[in-house]
Amino acid sequence: MTSFLDYAPAPESTAILALKPSYGLFINGEFVDGHGDGFTTISPSTEKRIADIASANSADVDLAVAAARRAHDRTWSKLSGADRGKYLFRIARLVQERARELAVAESLDNGKPIREARDVDVPLVAAWFFYYAGWADKLDYAGLGTNPRSLGVAAQVIPWNFPLLMLAWKIAPALAAGNTVVIKPAETTPLTALIFAEILQQADLPAGVVNIITGAGETGELLVNHPDVDKVAFTGSTAVGKAIARSTAGSGKKITLELGGKAANIVFDDAPIDQAIEGIVNGIFFNQGHVCCAGSRLLVQENIHDDVVERLKARLSTLRLGDPLDKNTDIGAINSREQLDRIRDLSDIGESEGADRWTADCAIPENGFWFAPTIFTNVSTSHRIARDEVFGPVLSVLTFRTPAEAVAKANNTPYGLSAGIWSSNGSRILAVADRLRAGVIWANTFNQFDPASPFGGYKESGYGREGGRHGLAAYLSEAAPAARQAVTSKGATK
Amino acid sequence: MTITRAPIELAPAERAVRLIGGDLTEKSLRLHLEGLPGIDAVGLEQRAASLGTRSIKTTSKAWALDRIISLIDLTTLEGADSPGKVRSLVAKAITPDAGDPSTPRVAAVCVYGDMVPYAVDALGGLHGDPDAGGISVAAVATAFPSGRASLAVKLADTADAIAAGADEIDMVIDRGAYLSGRYGLVFDQIVAVKEACRRADGTSAHLKVILETGELTTYDNVRRASWLAILAGADFIKTSTGKVAPAATLPVTLLMLGVVRDWHRLTGERIGVKPAGGIRTSKDAIKYLVTVAETVGEEWLTPHLFRFGASSLLNDVLLQRQKLTTGHYSGPDYVTMD
Repeated sequence: MTSFLDYAPAPESTAILALKPSYGLFINGEFVDGHGDGFTTISPSTEKRIADIASANSADVDLAVAAARRAHDRTWSKLSGADRGKYLFRIARLVQERARELAVAESLDNGKPIREARDVDVPLVAAWFFYYAGWADKLDYAGLGTNPRSLGVAAQVIPWNFPLLMLAWKIAPALAAGNTVVIKPAETTPLTALIFAEILQQADLPAGVVNIITGAGETGELLVNHPDVDKVAFTGSTAVGKAIARSTAGSGKKITLELGGKAANIVFDDAPIDQAIEGIVNGIFFNQGHVCCAGSRLLVQENIHDDVVERLKARLSTLRLGDPLDKNTDIGAINSREQLDRIRDLSDIGESEGADRWTADCAIPENGFWFAPTIFTNVSTSHRIARDEVFGPVLSVLTFRTPAEAVAKANNTPYGLSAGIWSSNGSRILAVADRLRAGVIWANTFNQFDPASPFGGYKESGYGREGGRHGLAAYLSEAAPAARQAVTSKGATK
Repeated sequence: MTITRAPIELAPAERAVRLIGGDLTEKSLRLHLEGLPGIDAVGLEQRAASLGTRSIKTTSKAWALDRIISLIDLTTLEGADSPGKVRSLVAKAITPDAGDPSTPRVAAVCVYGDMVPYAVDALGGLHGDPDAGGISVAAVATAFPSGRASLAVKLADTADAIAAGADEIDMVIDRGAYLSGRYGLVFDQIVAVKEACRRADGTSAHLKVILETGELTTYDNVRRASWLAILAGADFIKTSTGKVAPAATLPVTLLMLGVVRDWHRLTGERIGVKPAGGIRTSKDAIKYLVTVAETVGEEWLTPHLFRFGASSLLNDVLLQRQKLTTGHYSGPDYVTMD
């Protein structure tokens, strides 16, 4: 054996998967054929086909929305909160029971390391359903007065970076609040949503409460612009988010958008340095940097810049890139060729604009889409790699001298989703956090998610909040005054 | 009114003088230690937990199990220890698994000072440097485990063990002095014990400094105490006596490995780390190997830079080793009691 660190392969078996060769659309509780041009989903680490996937055309979208409308009006909105909660608890438990299967499918289809799918994605999915299951019979306490009402049919479009987790973020609060759902997973990562459809069948969820339709951007466009939709929830790029905001303006649809980010991770010279290095790594290299709240701009105090960069390089050299299903893999595959091209382009631009590029020395597999962890030093605030969202394992390092400069540089972006602060000085953390214009601020940690905590952005990072009580409010409207009176006289029916 | 106090001068330990400067005082030492970056406990524990999820299989596992054995300080530290018990421990150190002669030997046996002559005698020709295929004798000293004795007693304790042939001294620091802020006292005692490790022929026994991290309680204390011990001349920093809970934990060991890594970056000098107490299973021990390899590098996985202080760990490793060779789990009756 040449080196202990060349750990012997420890692949998670795919034998646990019972995949079908092809999947239809999940409408009204059943899998049905799609009428658009179907496509295949591949594993980004091998480029091998996983399954054929149906595509929903406009007639299919009509069917799905009609099924959701029927389910809302006849069944779901009429159930008591406690009964809706029972279904959500059941779904949460089934997710836990099938956790390994879901983790393997997610890793296979998305390219993310099994370690992350297993330890982060799937446990959070279950946690989200458990959390909102608890809310279902307590809506009177959501801050919207007694007896708030569901909105109706929610059209939800989710991205490919956390396919199942984003599905949970969308479906769990919508269902708890009494809405029904038509959801479209991303084109490159439909697999776990379709396995989730099987879980819904297993849970005996009433037909039409959740409809899952697959397809490309066009399908999503048809869905969010459907006239019988009451609520649109979108997570994805800022460009598409803007298009949705334009096309739905004046329609009366309630909208939440969770879009891009270019988060600053601010490291002061009194930071717990070893943990800060871990936090920087976790901030930008978690999930190959395919994270909207990734800490892609490292703002480090000038007097510790060299030390931090040296430690960071040493740490990155221990990251293991390769087979996502290997339990020891830290960096998996880039989700698609398209995304890989974008990361390459922006990195090349970074170099040509004069920043210094450093890439961890790791062997790149022959097939599939890969990008080694990369950091740019000598980055100026005007460089594109310091402004554009790369959505890949690329970190830009900038410096600051005073807290005021750190805040100014951190806020100098059209985005405002998240930020990180590293310091041993508690009052400094609070003072800086107060002045950062970002929806989520982590202190001495990064990329921590909890269903009880609201998540969402400022500025071009979108609007509305997901998670916590705030996330529930996005799927409810205040009871009409008349209805309120009626409730007061008769007493709550929940 | 101003109170003037004469600066408390410290023993001029070579490393401390090099790093802090010639006018070594308690104050300059304190400034140095308190200037070290802090530790975020949540982050440290998360990192340790994540290192613990590495999946070490097949050939890697076989290598790891053998390496663990060769890094063990096979230990007996009981009031009831007797020459017979020590001879039995030494026999086990020499032949861990009678059924498989390919099993490596442990690095050292670790005993109380008065048991050193019996250990040396029982080892006979095998007594020597583990890097050269021998087995060392380590003695706990300095009023182990509490450290509550005068310096004269601690030095006599050390000198006795050296005279009896100990190759390594596992000393304890004065935790009471450390926690009350008397860093200078702790420092001077380590320097004095290091001096007492010197033999007549000019060579020196290796000094392992036990911090007793379970009593220091905070990670910041552990980091400062680690630096203090290294500055005073420690060849190894060791977590625990095994008599206080919690003994070795993965986060504490990760933290101490970080100190050793930083010291190496700063000076080029390699210091050893010894987690001791509470590591009982192969699975746990493998997590430590991973943590060493991914924090300071696998060059640290040699007996002069990393040790496990353990007694029951060896038998679990032997059972796992038998399982790898035969494909079947056996049981405690298939490994020897020591």
